[in-house]
Amino acid sequence: MPKEIKGHNLSKSISRRGFLKGAALGLASTAIPLGQADASFWEAYLQKHFREMNEDELRAVIKRLEKEYAEEYDVNFNIKTTKAMPGTLFGYGLDLSRCIGCRRCVYACVRENNQSRDPQIHWITVLRFKKGEKWIDLEESEKYYYPEAVPEEGYFYMPVQCQQCENPPCVRVCPTQATWKEPDGIVVIDYNWCIGCRYCMASCPYGARRFNLAKPRIRKEELNPESHYLGNRPRYAGVVEKCIFCVQRTRAGRYPACVEICPVGARKFGNLLDPKSEIRYCIENKRVFRLKEDLNTYPKFYYFFAT
Amino acid sequence: MNSCNRNDGGNDRKSTSNNIEYIKQERSGLSDMLIKQKGSLAVFVFIVAVLVSFMHPAVAAAGSNGVEVNGANSGDDGIPEFFVPPPPFSEGIFPCSQCHADMVVNKKRRKLYYHTNIQNMFKHAEKQRWCLDCHNPDDRDRLRLASGRLITFEESYYLCGQCHGTIFRDWKAGVHGKRTGMWNGKKEYRLCVHCHNPHAPRFKPLKPLPPPIKPGDIKYRKLSPDEIPSNPLNKIFPLKTDSRSKNAEGN
Repeated sequence: MPKEIKGHNLSKSISRRGFLKGAALGLASTAIPLGQADASFWEAYLQKHFREMNEDELRAVIKRLEKEYAEEYDVNFNIKTTKAMPGTLFGYGLDLSRCIGCRRCVYACVRENNQSRDPQIHWITVLRFKKGEKWIDLEESEKYYYPEAVPEEGYFYMPVQCQQCENPPCVRVCPTQATWKEPDGIVVIDYNWCIGCRYCMASCPYGARRFNLAKPRIRKEELNPESHYLGNRPRYAGVVEKCIFCVQRTRAGRYPACVEICPVGARKFGNLLDPKSEIRYCIENKRVFRLKEDLNTYPKFYYFFAT
Repeated sequence: MNSCNRNDGGNDRKSTSNNIEYIKQERSGLSDMLIKQKGSLAVFVFIVAVLVSFMHPAVAAAGSNGVEVNGANSGDDGIPEFFVPPPPFSEGIFPCSQCHADMVVNKKRRKLYYHTNIQNMFKHAEKQRWCLDCHNPDDRDRLRLASGRLITFEESYYLCGQCHGTIFRDWKAGVHGKRTGMWNGKKEYRLCVHCHNPHAPRFKPLKPLPPPIKPGDIKYRKLSPDEIPSNPLNKIFPLKTDSRSKNAEGN
């Protein structure tokens, strides 16, 4: 009897592998929205990795993005793809003896880098610590302080942002290689390749990465149209972003926005390979430390105490 | 690096050049003596000195201290080429000679009847100091160093550097104070007095900008374009004017 049933067409057994193959194909066909006839959708869908694109492909992508942004935000964006300058390795210095915790840097960064205003995203977190403790205890720090005036008696302030590690854990864990370290030391993200898995956020010891839980919302007049593909161009919902040392400014020779706004001049920026740069002077003449040095991430963000 | 204590007045220059000539004479005399006594030793010492000067970074740096100097800055004090915005004078106060030219100099410490606001705010070693310790009594449009050298208000950093030598050193290197401009090119320095009131230099406390939203308070809500929160920075630095390269708040 078993033989008879086997011979019947309806009882033809399917192997487990065959079933899974078919199911996967079927599901995949529903996942690709064939109904989308728009050519730019397919261009975006099949866009190559930033580092694999040649000049022509890059130009086409930038043209498409500028068109998309113009439609979406009604602002004409200028998206640069400036490459790293040869012989540069960016380093950052922050003078803890000067910082007064006024948060000007936080909002200058928001203005420059088109962060979402609602849901709110900040790339810089200013931590407040009690003076006179045994060490910098991050667990005991306060980031929601809001007194009438700063600096407050008995406290010091420590802004934290992406530390631009030389050995970045976030780059290692990214499954799509959407984040990587550029030759000038900036860890960048390709927002078109980020799938929003947030592994990088889990791996970052400094809590520097931020996630777009929803589509970023910014007032039209506050958008900064001078942008970089790897930097401050508007992000999508479901992608990760972080401080990129204002790549659109620094690769043009300018200082990052946070350096320029700081009312006390606590923030220093320069080329670590240039012996005459300010950052090299700090490292050679001041007592510098890096955050969580014991993790071997080799940050290029140096905290120091100038006086 | 101890340039803050250097006297660059005309008279002092003459005396330093005399000194140098004297040292040169002395040196040549010394080497002559050495050659007479032990020529080979002198050659050895010379070679060692050359080697050390090449290897020791500090010595090498001192040798190649060819920093570009702005025309306004006299002397090779290690002050790099820079742009400074003009000093922040109160309106209508400068040139001081417009009033002081015809006035008799009174060096006595007393209550002032015109510069009352300055006297009221004065908090800068006020017990040891009086106006004419920094302001020049004979030519009021200049400042006066302890050495007697007169400097313009654009060079006031020399005056501050007389006491605050370590800060002056850091300022020259670009570490104390704010820098704008290009990180790899022309930098805009600020004078000490752009951030510190010279008569009351302690930095004034500021109102901080608002803290971030707590994670628990993040809610997705429908917003019309007008309801999107604006950047609180706009209240301090309005958007339209390019405030990004501007000076710190006007205090």
